[in-house]
Amino acid sequence: MISKVQRDKLTGLTFQDLLFKLEKFWTERDCILQQPYDVEVGAGTMHPETFLRVLGVEPYRVVYVQPSRRPTDGRYGENPNRLYKHHQLQVILKPAPSDVQELYLESIRSIGIKLSEHDIRFEEDNWEAPTLGAWGMGWQVLLDGLEITQFTYFQQCGGMDLSPVSVELTYGLDRISAYLQNVDNVFDVRWSRQKSYREVRLAEERQFSAYSFEFADASRTRKLFDLHEQEAANLLDAYESSSRDLTLRRRFPILAAYDQCLKCSNLFNVLDARGAISVTDRATLIGRIRRLACRVAAAYLSQQESPGQAQEQAQEDGSAGVGAAIVNAPRGRA
Amino acid sequence: MNSEYAEFLLEIGCEEIPAGMIPGATKELKAILEKYLNAENLLGDAEIETFGAPRRLGALCHGVRLRQKDVRREVTGPPKSIAFDSDGRPTRAAESFAAKQGVEVSSLAIVNTPRGEYVCATQVIPGRAAAERLNEIIPRAIMEIPWPRTMYWTTASGVRFIRPIRWIVALLGGKKLQFELGGVAAGAFTAGHRFLGRSRILVSGPQDYIAKLRANFVMARPAERRKKVDSELAKLAAQKGLRVNADATLADLVVYLNEYPTAIRGEFDKSYLALPEEILITVMRDHQKYFAVRRRDGQLAPHFLAVINLNRDPKGLVRAGHERVLRARFADAKFFWETDQKCRLADNLQKLKHVTFQVKLGTYADKVERVRALARWLAEQWFARGVHESSVGDADRAAELAKCDLVTDMVREFTELQGIVGGLYAKAQGEPEQVAWAVYDHYLPVAVDDPVPRNLIGSIVAIADKLDTLVGCFAVGLMPTGSSDPFALRRAALGIVKIILERKLPLSLGEAVAAAARGLQQYAPKLHVGGDTEGQALQFLVDRARHVLIERDGFAYDEVNAAFAASADDLVDAVERIAAVRAIRKTRNFDPLAVSFKRIRKILEKAGPRESWSLPAIRVELFQEDAERNLHTAARRVALEADAHKRAGRYKDALQGIAGLRPVVDDFFDQVLVMAEQNDVRRNRLTLLAELLGEFSTIADFSELASAEKSN
Repeated sequence: MISKVQRDKLTGLTFQDLLFKLEKFWTERDCILQQPYDVEVGAGTMHPETFLRVLGVEPYRVVYVQPSRRPTDGRYGENPNRLYKHHQLQVILKPAPSDVQELYLESIRSIGIKLSEHDIRFEEDNWEAPTLGAWGMGWQVLLDGLEITQFTYFQQCGGMDLSPVSVELTYGLDRISAYLQNVDNVFDVRWSRQKSYREVRLAEERQFSAYSFEFADASRTRKLFDLHEQEAANLLDAYESSSRDLTLRRRFPILAAYDQCLKCSNLFNVLDARGAISVTDRATLIGRIRRLACRVAAAYLSQQESPGQAQEQAQEDGSAGVGAAIVNAPRGRA
Repeated sequence: MNSEYAEFLLEIGCEEIPAGMIPGATKELKAILEKYLNAENLLGDAEIETFGAPRRLGALCHGVRLRQKDVRREVTGPPKSIAFDSDGRPTRAAESFAAKQGVEVSSLAIVNTPRGEYVCATQVIPGRAAAERLNEIIPRAIMEIPWPRTMYWTTASGVRFIRPIRWIVALLGGKKLQFELGGVAAGAFTAGHRFLGRSRILVSGPQDYIAKLRANFVMARPAERRKKVDSELAKLAAQKGLRVNADATLADLVVYLNEYPTAIRGEFDKSYLALPEEILITVMRDHQKYFAVRRRDGQLAPHFLAVINLNRDPKGLVRAGHERVLRARFADAKFFWETDQKCRLADNLQKLKHVTFQVKLGTYADKVERVRALARWLAEQWFARGVHESSVGDADRAAELAKCDLVTDMVREFTELQGIVGGLYAKAQGEPEQVAWAVYDHYLPVAVDDPVPRNLIGSIVAIADKLDTLVGCFAVGLMPTGSSDPFALRRAALGIVKIILERKLPLSLGEAVAAAARGLQQYAPKLHVGGDTEGQALQFLVDRARHVLIERDGFAYDEVNAAFAASADDLVDAVERIAAVRAIRKTRNFDPLAVSFKRIRKILEKAGPRESWSLPAIRVELFQEDAERNLHTAARRVALEADAHKRAGRYKDALQGIAGLRPVVDDFFDQVLVMAEQNDVRRNRLTLLAELLGEFSTIADFSELASAEKSN
């Protein structure tokens, strides 16, 4: 068993300290620190900072936390291991460095785990996101039998072959934290020195479980799905037929079309939790979302590559100060 | 070791290779290297040994030639008479031939050939240095290892392999080979255990390599790892007076998951032992790769054995971690067990209305109705035929409950436990034991070597379920094609055949298929199943049966074909007929008789359409020869006897009687011309032969048997 000294040492790392440590580790290795995306998503991969950034040739490194909603996993906060919403720490390294496994293991060391004292292994797990037309090969990383990270070499995204290859590291923060604090129930995790995970999150778990399983109106949810799909499809149609007008093409809201696609994905998950999706239905709906995602990916790339884009990018890079003036004031003071 | 030979070492250092693929890749690598080295004349008598661990595939050989053998080649040139003049001086012809072959004129020799004396040049093609060849061959060999799926890790045009290649060791006689693969240059540095060993280790050859890896906590050879695993597992169990729940598949897996496997023992709360052991073992084995342990009385003990990739766990940190994970898994399972039991299994039938089986074949609730009807029909059949443990009521109940576990939380979480969970719930809820076991077993046999359901009711439900799937899928055009068989119809058909044969169940396959077809028409989706479809489904089953009997039970293909040509409708009966044919075919008369039957068949085929010659009955007065009269009489007698034997199931006796006809059949062909001039006589003889063939082909069609003699 764990000695008292060790326990105190381990339990020192609160949920938020864990998050800070990993963010710090990766920002010190040239990652941009991004913020969670402000649209409901089921996984960190769906954040445009992953889904879109891995496309094309531009090198990129980013780290961010992404609260991820999995309506079918909701358990009203009563199950010690299952959550409607969990927290992924997502790292994208593009291109994949050749010492990426060592880098990753160093990050694990940085949160206080002595590698030679633990059973850490990389077990085959080929990741696939059918709604995103994305897949990759890699592992789940196990720490003493606990899955703590999904480690993937991206091969395709939005139906496109990726080149260069990006590595995606997805840390399951909630379970890592429970492990570090040696608690069996994730709600017993200390979020900060003052507050527990339970105090911070229980109400949300209860309410969204109830919503997904009991309250969500299936037919209205389906209508919403259709509406968001239409909005995305209309945008994509317009972009695809706008080939001549370069100015329009450059400022065309592909990103907004992607948001609509994400909405569809979340609504699909709600319908699924509600038990409103049959087997064949499932395949059809997934196919519809994937089509949108693949069209977004293709449009995004064509926009990146359109003439004049590179030049404009360079200009913007040279005048970074301009942006500051138009940044929105924080809501509280508006 | 002589100096023409040197030691060879290859190691492909990778990021973790999927454990299940390493043994196959190791075998392939050996075959590929042998192929290349032999083709290059570089391999002596020494074996190539290949091995694999999570981060490496390796090969070593103690005797690779350092240099290819020189090859001598003799080239014949012009005749001596043209190459040399009468004084024996070389002519222009000799000079130009020598120049062309790159040899001195003085080195030309004379050879004797059947056409006379010719000039001959001997070329020596010097063997190339092995290293030079290996530099080309090895990268190609590595790329040739087949994998189920490969990846690229730099750019889309980069090298593809199972996982990124990070280092390569390639040494011949202690010297580095010079090649590069995927941006990695071959070298002399290997890497030890990820956490316990050094990450850059200089090696000089195979022995040094194995020893240095061992010192750096990598056991390169899987057999050594297996030995360590087996002995540590046994020791840890014995320390508590327990024994390991033997699991060779799991042992093989952990051997390839760890470079330095070490077993540790953990505990879990005794209260979880209240859960059925099937569930506990599935959680431990499939989800955590732990071995279960049993007490002397066979009951599970509240311990588990995990194999970790470390040398030790002195502080118990790893054990505590694994215990914690298992606790969470068991807590989940317990939660599912308790929630699922809040309703009766049969209550789940309602929910099955929302689970699609197949779009055109409706929901699982529809399927359950059809399977119930078919199960009742099967139970009636067998009850009527004296199989007394058959019970229509139990079969119906078991079929009703069989699919109810599909909507339980337990099966949703542990899909591999479908059927088993239903059976356990049925038992816990007081269903008759027969019924509970039937539910438990009804997916069997899943793999070819699986057992069949343990009782008759389970066999009934298993057959009904599979037959409904088979006929249903055929009816909506989902027959398997090539390697695509999404509904596992081959497996379903194989399962049906296996159960029938192993339990020796008398059943008309044709009637069973028809009963399944009736179910599809009578219940949702109320499909009309055409006669063609029934025929195809039947043929599919018969083909599987043929396969099982030939490939697994070792019957000769022609014996099976002969018996099946008579009838394959009742497989148990068909097998008895096959056995009779096998027993009798080695006897003296049989083979010649089979030849005669083939002859009869040919004669009848040549005679044209049957209605053009067939008489309503044989007319004795038209016989002209004794031989035909004798054949007729003997055949009548033997037919009566054979029929009596057949009715009593004495196929061997029946066949023996038929084989006894050989002398009269031989006489007939010696003395009688079948195609006689006279119309009546000819037709009478043809009719006699047709009757003979028909009468004696109901056990087996002898003309299907491959003959030792040549037929004509």
